[in-house]
Amino acid sequence: MKLTRRAFVKANAAISAAAIAGVTLPASATNLIAVSDETKIKWDKAPCRFCGTGCSVLVGTQGGKVVATQGDPEAPVNKGLNCVKGYFLSKIMYGKDRLTTPLLRMKDGKFAKDGEFAPISWDQAFDIMAEKWKTSLKANGPTSVGMFGSGQWTVMEGYAAVKLMKAGFRSNNIDPNARHCMASAVGGFMRTFGIDEPMGCYDDFEESDAFVLWGSNMAEMHPILWTRITDRRLSNPHVRVNVLSTYKHRSFELADTGVIFNPQSDLAMANFIANYIIQNDAVNWDFVNKHTHFKRTATDIGYGLRDEHPMQAKAKNPNSGKMTAMTFEEYKASVAEYTVEKASEISGVSVEKLIILAKQYADPNIKVMSLWTMGMNQHTRGVWMNSLVYNIHLLVGKISQPGNGPFSLTGQPSACGTAREVGTFSHRLPADMVVANPKHRAIAEKIWKLPEGTIPPKPGLHAVAQNRALKDGTLNAYWTMCNNNMQAAPNMMEEGLPGYRNPANFIVCSDPYPTVTAQASDLILPTAMWVEKEGAYGNAERRTQAWYQQVKPIEGAKSDLWQLMEFAKRFKIEEVWGEDLLAKMPEHRGKTMYDVLYKNGNVDAFPISEAQELNDDAHDQGYYVQKGLFEEYATFGRGHGHDLAPYDMYHKVRGLRWPVVNGVETKWRFAEGSDPYVGKGKGFEFYGKPDGKANIIFAPYEAPPEVPNEEYDMWLCTGRVLEHWHSGSMTARVPELYRAMPDALCYIHPDDAKKRNVRRGDEVIIESLRGEVRCRVETRGRNRPPVGLVFVPWFDARVLINKVCLDATDPLSKQTDYKKCAIKITKA
Amino acid sequence: MRKLLAVLLTAGTLFSVSAQSNETAVIENVNNGGVASLRGITELDITRKADELKRVIKDRSPIDRDYVYQPPLIPHQTRHYEVSLNANKCLSCHSWKYAGEMGATKISVTHYQSREGEVLSDVSPRRYFCLQCHVTQADASPLIDNDFKRVDSLR
Repeated sequence: MKLTRRAFVKANAAISAAAIAGVTLPASATNLIAVSDETKIKWDKAPCRFCGTGCSVLVGTQGGKVVATQGDPEAPVNKGLNCVKGYFLSKIMYGKDRLTTPLLRMKDGKFAKDGEFAPISWDQAFDIMAEKWKTSLKANGPTSVGMFGSGQWTVMEGYAAVKLMKAGFRSNNIDPNARHCMASAVGGFMRTFGIDEPMGCYDDFEESDAFVLWGSNMAEMHPILWTRITDRRLSNPHVRVNVLSTYKHRSFELADTGVIFNPQSDLAMANFIANYIIQNDAVNWDFVNKHTHFKRTATDIGYGLRDEHPMQAKAKNPNSGKMTAMTFEEYKASVAEYTVEKASEISGVSVEKLIILAKQYADPNIKVMSLWTMGMNQHTRGVWMNSLVYNIHLLVGKISQPGNGPFSLTGQPSACGTAREVGTFSHRLPADMVVANPKHRAIAEKIWKLPEGTIPPKPGLHAVAQNRALKDGTLNAYWTMCNNNMQAAPNMMEEGLPGYRNPANFIVCSDPYPTVTAQASDLILPTAMWVEKEGAYGNAERRTQAWYQQVKPIEGAKSDLWQLMEFAKRFKIEEVWGEDLLAKMPEHRGKTMYDVLYKNGNVDAFPISEAQELNDDAHDQGYYVQKGLFEEYATFGRGHGHDLAPYDMYHKVRGLRWPVVNGVETKWRFAEGSDPYVGKGKGFEFYGKPDGKANIIFAPYEAPPEVPNEEYDMWLCTGRVLEHWHSGSMTARVPELYRAMPDALCYIHPDDAKKRNVRRGDEVIIESLRGEVRCRVETRGRNRPPVGLVFVPWFDARVLINKVCLDATDPLSKQTDYKKCAIKITKA
Repeated sequence: MRKLLAVLLTAGTLFSVSAQSNETAVIENVNNGGVASLRGITELDITRKADELKRVIKDRSPIDRDYVYQPPLIPHQTRHYEVSLNANKCLSCHSWKYAGEMGATKISVTHYQSREGEVLSDVSPRRYFCLQCHVTQADASPLIDNDFKRVDSLR
């Protein structure tokens, strides 16, 4: 109700008059707080649904609906703040087109690949799915079924999915969308430290003297962490902020030193800084001698393209991650060629700026925090580049101390918790273990109470390989869950869409909303989201956070966890295991896959009485399923450097950073006094490696696979924006966020626009060798690219920029490089 | 189901007006099966014509909020407003010092608290970049309506 000032005065006059006369007016006629029950909102905590920062929010519910959200003042991550996306979480579940029934492509009442979507029941949905999976398993074996999962799955959902795929279907063809965002970071951690995830934590922000962003636009993508850096910088004038990027963006607003570098040239800049440290006698010899080894990595390793691709065929050592030992003198000689002049020539960055950067690392009195996200990870040499930054920190011993350390930021809310820690990658198992290692498989089989030999040893298909296999018809029954990979994966026209539409394949898509991926699928499953279920996420600083279900799901929608478990009930164990396995555990004969995987005495160990009254997943299975899954999963890491607290604890606190030993979280890993795993008197111990020493790994500059030429004469870089989360499937349905950032625009330098005879607002065609999109040009927006490069965000389903992108990956991590390919722009 | 179909139809009509051009690559079987996404019902292999560039609304009175802690939306354009290490154009109207004189909405009292909750004499540096929470609004209808409902007292 809108009141004019005049009406308001009149209403108040009536109230005053009534009060004098001793008359009580009806509540609606007053402007006083009404009955307290009516204004009561139930508040409970939950981690934000969006990025890897892991802010905690308070969710307000009334009458079974979310009516408000606010930043959680008690949360150490965000202390009451949210970014604009977080402040509008209250609306993400209420887009008008929420899916409420399974939809199957049908013709004449039966499934047809070219049919129209029609509603069916959940029972019918699992019937057709089970039929397709069974046919596929029988005809082509376990490698013909697969799943694409998510860094937005809850820890329990990811864990249940890994068991379903790797132990149930005995297929390692499960990979998360986190492959697109964090795989290179994982590769860097494993090669340098032998254990995944950052050693430091967000407390570093308040201690650091210099921040270096190596390819991260934190102002937009990690806004709340940016508030902490802003606070530090503005409150302490000695603090310096250095922002490195291939184009100017919002993070440059806070930069003391802004650096625009040529795509791929970060490799040369990092090697120069290492060289500068050595040349200027700034090596921390005590640290280097005690705690590091020097290694060199195999070079000319290709670009993760299909083997027959000419750029791949040229490589001498395709996909080789081989490392060989070297001496310090050899390392010194290797980086010596990266003089400031050479680094400046490759990068296009001035000598002065390169030296400003190098000095901050070299000066023992400056505490430096290096930060990066997709600029470094979505990179055909991403694994190398992660290690090159570790090299710098290790050379000067600036690591694992408050304010001092390299910090790999995460994109998704549980890329760390679910994708990395649970191990939903095609080559991984929980707690950093891998399927290729027989000892690791044996540990998993023992915890899961399964016969030896259940888990197949060969790594499965990773994200990009899954799309290729779908196209080639070797992966046939496929479930994509909690992601929008048709919009997110590179080279959609050549490698994404053909596979989904291949008549040999049956594609299932679980999502709360009809996405681009749903439009390409055969069966769509309506999915409960966020606080419609109980779950846990793990953020970028190793903080695990749990939440309770707070509302009933939209009618008809079911959680990912429920879907996974119900599907498992559709298979007799004989249908997925061979006689050899069954013979080892004959007691499983006649059981369902669900019984074997989940009713194993671990997952079903906790009675329903321990669960909240509002917990649909638990009540549907008859036991506290989230706690059982979490506790079974936690046994992998306890005592092995990945200790999690008891599940119930996470409902009482605002998260804890693992390893949590004797109830105490760990802020700085590998440092004595902070990390309980470091031996007494060691100072530092990189215990991920057998001898406790980290690797300083030399890798050279190598050119990117596709560079602009005469016809395709510009670089394309894609990425996110502040107002939208990933593909926009949630945020573009929030009117305020949509209006804040309605369309994906082509951010371009005014000179480049002029050269192509286009002006701000004109429509252009952006075209690569692979596909095209049309969008409008922005010459004065928040992103200011240099001449020769454009930025087009990927949130917009109407501008599917991944039709244009190249599916080149880092050959070691298999993570796509979304940050550089060659395009041409013409006026539409 | 009727509701779903209705939504699909509405979303469909929204988009069917835009012209389409054909893409060169030919992929068999492309067919969205009648389901609309945020791109409407335009088939996935079609290059969709770009929507018009939206105008940011300017000089409107404050936009109503849906719940107590919702950050106010910006009811005006912010082009050329500098917010950097050197200056903060927003604060030159919205700070407590100038808000009255400029007829602008005063920034919230919450902005005068440090991370530790201590009340400061000026805006907290962690609140410095206004556009992280406060955003402008384009003059555009939502792509998809939203069924979020305010609490009774704010209706």
